[in-house]
Amino acid sequence: MTQYGFFYDASRCTGCRTCELACKDYNNLPVEFSYRHVYEMEGGGWQQDENGQWTCDTFTYYLSISCQHCDNPACTRACPTGAMHKDENGIVSVDTTKCIGCGYCAMACPYNAPHVSREAGHSMKCDGCKDRVAQGLEPICVESCSGRALFFGPIDELPNAEERAEVAPLPTVDYTQPNLYIKQCPNMRPSGSTEVHLSNLVEVN
Amino acid sequence: MADTSLSRRSFVKTAGALGAAAAVGSLAAGESLLGGSVPQALAEGEEDRIVWSHCHVNCGGACVLRFHMQGDEIKYVETDNTGSAEFGDIQMRACLRGRSIRRWIDHPDRLNYPLKRREGTKRGDGVYDQISWDEALDTIASEFTRITKEYGNEAVFIQECSGVEQNIMMNSPFFRLFNLLGGEVTRYGNYSNGSLNFGANPYTYGDGWGRRSFKSLEEGQLVVLFGDAVMDTRMGGDGAGYDLNVAIEKKGVRVIMIDPRRNDVAINKGAEWIPIRPGTDAALIAGIAHELEELKLTDHDFLKKYCVGYSEDTLPKGAPKNSSYYAYIMGTGYDKVEKTPAWASEITGIPEARIKQLAKEIGEAKPLFVAQGWGMQRHANGDYASRAVMLLPQLVGQVGKPGTNAGTHEGNTGFPLPTLPTGDNPIPEQFPNYLWVEAIKDGPSLTAEEHGIKGGDRLKSSIKMLVNYGNNMPANQNGDINFTTEVLRDESLCEFILCYDVFMTPSAKFADIILPDLTPQETYSLSAAGEMNDSLGIWFGQPIREPMYERREVYEVCGELAKRLGVYDEYSEGGLTREDWCRKLYNELREQVDGLPTYDEGVKMGIYKRDVEIDRSVDPFIKDPEANPLSTATGKIQVYAPELAELAKAWKLPEGDAIYPIPVYFPGFEGPGTQTDERPLQLTSFHYRAHTHSTYTNNEVIQKASAHQLWINPADAEPRGIADNDYVNVTTDRGTVHILAKVTNRIIPGTVALPEGGWYLPDDNGVDHGGCINTLTSRHVNPISKATGQQSGICQVEKAKA
Repeated sequence: MTQYGFFYDASRCTGCRTCELACKDYNNLPVEFSYRHVYEMEGGGWQQDENGQWTCDTFTYYLSISCQHCDNPACTRACPTGAMHKDENGIVSVDTTKCIGCGYCAMACPYNAPHVSREAGHSMKCDGCKDRVAQGLEPICVESCSGRALFFGPIDELPNAEERAEVAPLPTVDYTQPNLYIKQCPNMRPSGSTEVHLSNLVEVN
Repeated sequence: MADTSLSRRSFVKTAGALGAAAAVGSLAAGESLLGGSVPQALAEGEEDRIVWSHCHVNCGGACVLRFHMQGDEIKYVETDNTGSAEFGDIQMRACLRGRSIRRWIDHPDRLNYPLKRREGTKRGDGVYDQISWDEALDTIASEFTRITKEYGNEAVFIQECSGVEQNIMMNSPFFRLFNLLGGEVTRYGNYSNGSLNFGANPYTYGDGWGRRSFKSLEEGQLVVLFGDAVMDTRMGGDGAGYDLNVAIEKKGVRVIMIDPRRNDVAINKGAEWIPIRPGTDAALIAGIAHELEELKLTDHDFLKKYCVGYSEDTLPKGAPKNSSYYAYIMGTGYDKVEKTPAWASEITGIPEARIKQLAKEIGEAKPLFVAQGWGMQRHANGDYASRAVMLLPQLVGQVGKPGTNAGTHEGNTGFPLPTLPTGDNPIPEQFPNYLWVEAIKDGPSLTAEEHGIKGGDRLKSSIKMLVNYGNNMPANQNGDINFTTEVLRDESLCEFILCYDVFMTPSAKFADIILPDLTPQETYSLSAAGEMNDSLGIWFGQPIREPMYERREVYEVCGELAKRLGVYDEYSEGGLTREDWCRKLYNELREQVDGLPTYDEGVKMGIYKRDVEIDRSVDPFIKDPEANPLSTATGKIQVYAPELAELAKAWKLPEGDAIYPIPVYFPGFEGPGTQTDERPLQLTSFHYRAHTHSTYTNNEVIQKASAHQLWINPADAEPRGIADNDYVNVTTDRGTVHILAKVTNRIIPGTVALPEGGWYLPDDNGVDHGGCINTLTSRHVNPISKATGQQSGICQVEKAKA
């Protein structure tokens, strides 16, 4: 099996959300949920000296993620019907004829990737734009990125795809072996770090 | 929905529709509303029709859009995919705003028919009745005739059209029409950079001299940015933020960003942020200038040869003793205060040691690139802040040379595409743009020496007819909206207000007649590549579909008015259409610029683009300042501007304001240090990625991904019991905004910041729930430029109920 995945050059990301919105347009997703999210992480803080002057060691980084099409997906393990499955390219997607909309996939996924649409009656998630990829195109998010931070393809052909994304706020890669490879940016903190917190909850929940 | 022959794609689309009642493509003629923003499922095997157009809003980006159409239905939107996609190469990729335009164009709230304010209702009530185009046009024509007859053409004013920028038309058809009928009173300056262009540049360099783009940066050099949030304003693939990121990665450029807010510039690249209190930039520059002297890093040779008034011996004739900038920083100037780094630290909030280190870094950097954004100069002391930042690279001789920028906005280039010619306006009087509300209230009270009226001693008339095309300024994007709307509501002041837009904006609700526009994507929209980007391109925008409902585009509509007013042949040059003008103006460009395709070839290509030539030259003025003088009064760079010394004597200013010939620091109206117990926080504003000014604010999908919130530091939030994502009330002397707080380390303590562009939504108590910054801002203008000082403010923030 060929395994497709994303490479994300965090040092090029500007946090602009274009990837998320291009995906929402192409997949016609409602306001309420997205296949791709941009996390805004903050760390450090402010200190006041005896003269009342403030100094800071604060820092911020953005992290754009979608489904990681994991080697060992939590969603497929949790799915009671086999609707959530990996295909021959390693892409994890929903067989909507089998999905009963129980939502176990959404609960199991540590990346907030699948969503159950009550209107559609089944789970929905990133499928790596498989139709576009089949036509030789990039996924819509990759082609939208004005900073050229996103790449997609067979993981052994991705540039610099050496390191899986073990960065906060994502879980350790041991859990699902995500196919999100990363070039970290200067301020990134490792998975599990308590030095950073999510600062844009209303945008990603 | 149950049809199993649907493709995966169409199924996803249908599933995502989530309750959309009807599809765009299936509307019968005469249906009054779009059923929803979501296209219907596509039939199997149907082909896309790709139409090229572009984003048209006033970010200065004009990114390319490729519409995938099926009949009249927009399926989805892509962007420039031509040429190399390699990092460092240019594709004019649209940002989140352009990529979400489908839902904006097909938003259920689009205006579809001409509307007339219902009799018995007040402006602002927002109650309208549908009327015919004939009735609307007859009313506009007769009101124009009545008002110009009664008050003169000086009583007619056409606003900016910030919502429809970047094509050959904009609101030019109205100017063209009115200029055939005796003209109209006009404005000078704009809300974006009025202080820079009317209070700073003319007195420093004469014009926008010495600007270079980030593409011209050299290996390993230092870049110092003052409030220059290029990654929050123009996120496209040919924007300045992209160019800067490329320079950091490929050339090892180092960026220091000075801003009250940690903006998005090179954020993941770890660019250094020096937080500064809003409005204190000129104090920082003075402190750095002092420290440069201490370190003997001031380039005195440069200042003597090229500049006027840094030191006493280069002051122009007639300047008083101790009026030089050197005297100012050394404590022998008008205020007798030495501008040490410790003094600057007290004012700016930047630690003294960091100011000293910054001075050393700047003094030793060769080349040095200094640029300013436009937020800083929209403070009440912006004329001076803007000039002060220009002074910084002058102090170390880093202007007019490769790898430098003259401390102004970073540079850009573009094809000089002409716009629709507007003819000659016989009315000479002009007022500073910000004062249009005062020009409605009492025009003749606005004078040259007090309000900066040009072309006459005073305005001849108050504004009695306001034409507001593609613009949400009247009741949203203008200082002190509660005051402004009060003026607009009074029908004895402005007697006729026309609004011509695509949505019922807060401003449209103050119109007497509303016309439904096409978006530029629904008509011919020839545009040059982004006006603020360092890029060369032409977009041959074609209509994505035939007009829907009774929406009509502006050139044709002004033609209909021209017919009613008897000037159609002159207006249309014998019947030219909008498309004819695209062809004609493009051909004029082709005569100036070599190598462009024909218009028809361009339409087939969709876009034409090519590389810019990067400026690595030494400026002629630097090579020989005597032979190539600048366009200033003295021909040199003016640290001391003799014209300002004259204006200081001649002009009347409100108490607390002053005009100085050198870029001094003073707090200004509601500036730093003016806080009170009642208003203990500084309030400032910024441009945000979720909308361009107020355009796209009503596109919910973008707002979800990029929330409109009040930014407040934990140090200010905690004592007020405010947690992240709590609702708060922000109050100034002008009004109150009810909004969600973002408690964040990304804003300096003592200051809160609200993005501009929220739509004014007052409740019965006048509290704004739309997050409009201008509910809070003032109408104070800068002393020299008379441009807006609305980003200065002091406020209180309190926790509120949801």
